Amino acid sequence: MSDPVVDNAVTSGNSSVAIPTDISGQILDLDEDDDLEVFSKGTTLTEGSSFNASMQTSPASMINQYKFEEEEGDADTKDIFVTVDNPESLVTAIETYVTYRVMTKTTRSEFDASEFEVRRRYQDFLWLKGRLEEAHPTLIVHPLPEKFVMKGMVERFNEDFIETRRKALHRFLNRIAEHPIFSSTEDFKIFLTAESGELTSHKKQGPSFLSRMGETVKAVAASVRGVRNRPEEFTDMQEYVEAFTQKIGSLDKVSQRIVREKKEHLEELKECVPIYTLWSQSEEELAEPLKSMAGCLDSCCKETEEQVKELNDHLIPALHEYVLCTETLKAVLRRRDNIQADFEAKTEALAMKKADKDAESKVLSLAWDSLVGRSPEEVKQQKQQKLKGEIKEMRDELDKMEDRLEWANNALKSDWTRWQKVMRTDLRSAFVDTAERNVNCYEKCLAVWESFLHSQRTEAEGNGEVDCS
Amino acid sequence: MADSGSEDIAVIGNTDLTPSESENNLKNTMVEKGTSLLKRMEISVAEAEKRTGKNAVNMQETYTVYLIETRPVDAASEGTNPVPDSLWRRYSEFELLRNYLLVAYPFVVVPPLPEKRAEFVWHKLTADNMDPDFVERRRVGLENFLLRVASHPVLSNDKIFYSFLTEENGWKETVFETGFQAKADSRLKALNATFRVKNPDKRFAEMKHYGDELQAVISQLLRVRARAADRLYGVYKVHGNYGRVFSEWSAIEKEMGDGLQSAGHHMDAYAASVDDILEEEEHYADQLKEYLFYADAVRAVCRKHELTQFELEMAAQDLTSKKQQREELATGTVRTFSLKGMTSKLFGQETPEQREAKLKMLETQIEEGEELVKERNAECDEYVKSAWVDIERFKEQKDHDLKEALISYAIMQISMCKKGIQVWNNAKECFSKM
Repeated sequence: MSDPVVDNAVTSGNSSVAIPTDISGQILDLDEDDDLEVFSKGTTLTEGSSFNASMQTSPASMINQYKFEEEEGDADTKDIFVTVDNPESLVTAIETYVTYRVMTKTTRSEFDASEFEVRRRYQDFLWLKGRLEEAHPTLIVHPLPEKFVMKGMVERFNEDFIETRRKALHRFLNRIAEHPIFSSTEDFKIFLTAESGELTSHKKQGPSFLSRMGETVKAVAASVRGVRNRPEEFTDMQEYVEAFTQKIGSLDKVSQRIVREKKEHLEELKECVPIYTLWSQSEEELAEPLKSMAGCLDSCCKETEEQVKELNDHLIPALHEYVLCTETLKAVLRRRDNIQADFEAKTEALAMKKADKDAESKVLSLAWDSLVGRSPEEVKQQKQQKLKGEIKEMRDELDKMEDRLEWANNALKSDWTRWQKVMRTDLRSAFVDTAERNVNCYEKCLAVWESFLHSQRTEAEGNGEVDCS
Repeated sequence: MADSGSEDIAVIGNTDLTPSESENNLKNTMVEKGTSLLKRMEISVAEAEKRTGKNAVNMQETYTVYLIETRPVDAASEGTNPVPDSLWRRYSEFELLRNYLLVAYPFVVVPPLPEKRAEFVWHKLTADNMDPDFVERRRVGLENFLLRVASHPVLSNDKIFYSFLTEENGWKETVFETGFQAKADSRLKALNATFRVKNPDKRFAEMKHYGDELQAVISQLLRVRARAADRLYGVYKVHGNYGRVFSEWSAIEKEMGDGLQSAGHHMDAYAASVDDILEEEEHYADQLKEYLFYADAVRAVCRKHELTQFELEMAAQDLTSKKQQREELATGTVRTFSLKGMTSKLFGQETPEQREAKLKMLETQIEEGEELVKERNAECDEYVKSAWVDIERFKEQKDHDLKEALISYAIMQISMCKKGIQVWNNAKECFSKM
């Protein structure tokens, strides 16, 4: 381990992650503010990919970075605000698609200005997500809304669909902006600020399609290989994710079913209204109370309709996003496993090579060598040198992989905690809001019926009837 | 009943009227406006029991009997509380009683019986006559029937009714002895009258039309209400699934666990609360059903009027034609075409003796006819008078009862909303601790 230079070499594995090979000095120097400075300064580099920017600091200080940020209240220090709105259909000769306006307001120094406005389409968001995942295979990226809606023939240009998607895209960008690492990436910045042409050319950089294919194949191979000594905490995470997937899936289904049943109930209730009105037309004394009754039912229907709409607009999407999250979580755990599997494989290979070397030193393959005209000693020396060289190479690589693995593990652990916190907040507020809205709906219906009761009873007393209350 | 009602708050105060309370109110109203019977006697249908026995065709059958209890009013208020007189009757006996009353008092809007078979059911209720809930609701309906009859100014004095309440054995024979079945108007006769009557009293025609409308609108309402009840049941029960999932989820979470667990309990409570809600709604449906069947009774009274009017018209018509015949015979002019007239023209006139004999017969017939017309006229007038009195009574009762039903529906909705508010507020608190 003698190179202090940041090594950009593409190693075997998923992506080209650069890890400083000499971390010893930096671990001792733990001045948090300095690290912060370095961290943010790193992102002012206008060239280079997001890989370099985030890898300026060591894994250890990175973790400190996380902890530091976790203690802050996000709202107080929010220095970037992103909104997604104003969807518009764009028609070109080749295709029709929807673009969204992405507005950014920020006080961050790495941005050239304080306000930006660009238009982006869904594909662009997909690109950003892909980049972030590649750069940080074990960090958790908030899910994007789905590409297509499977159930029913929902048009891509249907108003409700676009609005639902817009809200999800807005949430996606905001989560990225709130994430300590993602929000400082070059790709994110370019996404927010670049004009369309700029963005297109930037997109063309980075790993090519073919190399990405190659990586996918390797990843599949790695997952088939399997990991041997997975640390317990990651097994725990795996189990949690499996259980959570089930639960959130159920919640999603239950919520959708509730919406369906409520809608059907509403249909029936609505039918009652004209019946009471019709009835009131045959009556004299009863005409007024019956009309009143029809009015009350109508009001209650309206309130319930409102309630159902809000369920659809808030609770359902919130739950659905976390259903999508589970895929991300599984992928992240898989990628971490792959990194470990790669490392284990390499470790094995190194051990075998070493064994080879030792075995080699004992073997005298006289026959072939004498044929070729070399002296046994010479040959042995050559072979030993060669093996030594190979072993050194492998060991260097192995060290890098070990660092990479350690970084990946730590990154995942921190981001896991972060994700759990965010999940808790999100779902808590989704349910609290739903409960509140249900209370609201009931309160409004209560008022409707109480006023009906009041009017009927005072009328009764006005008529001199005895009211047996 | 000390509600002076001048403050708004006091009026809304009691929103917790239970079904049994509102039923009591109905009973109290009937007693207060009291007939002499109800002033003397307390009537109730206290229990229901299953019996098995052999029926008319000697086959084994299972049926339900209802215990009718009667108690003198004075004794109860004196606090001595003697054992009530009681006897068992089955539904078919109630039906017999009612059929008797229909024939004996055609000008009365006779209170209806609770339905024979469960209709307008929603999925949780069964259409099974042996179902305990159905039996219970029928018991209540039968009691209501008896009280209505007992509070009717005319019906309450009927002896057959009295013996229905008091004489267990031999009652059926007594009823049959009245020969009421023979007096019943045939369906065909009534239908015929309806089509051919020329001048029914407008009020009755309107009332009949009203009966049709009432029946149509209440049937529709009951149908839709049953479907709505089904859906509401679904909504509440699915929330029970929330309870289950929250509970399971809380097992894998650390900090969120407690909040989720307790929220889950509230969801279970919410899901369970629908049973009571729908039971109360069923009571509202029963009140509507009573008036659905009352509509039929009203129409029956109107049909009877049509029949009496028709019979009057027929008698009058008959009289007129007889008078005409007499005139023709007397003056020898043939005004209307008649076969006799034609044949006599063809085959010669009658002898003076024959004519004399005929005239005499006609005179007798005309005399009888005039008597008949007078009778029928009187009948018709009498009927119109007494029927209209009862219809007015019915209208007042209907307006009062249905208004009370709407009010108790509102009270029920209020209670449902209050429960909902409580559950979701509790759930909200639990969620915020997640």
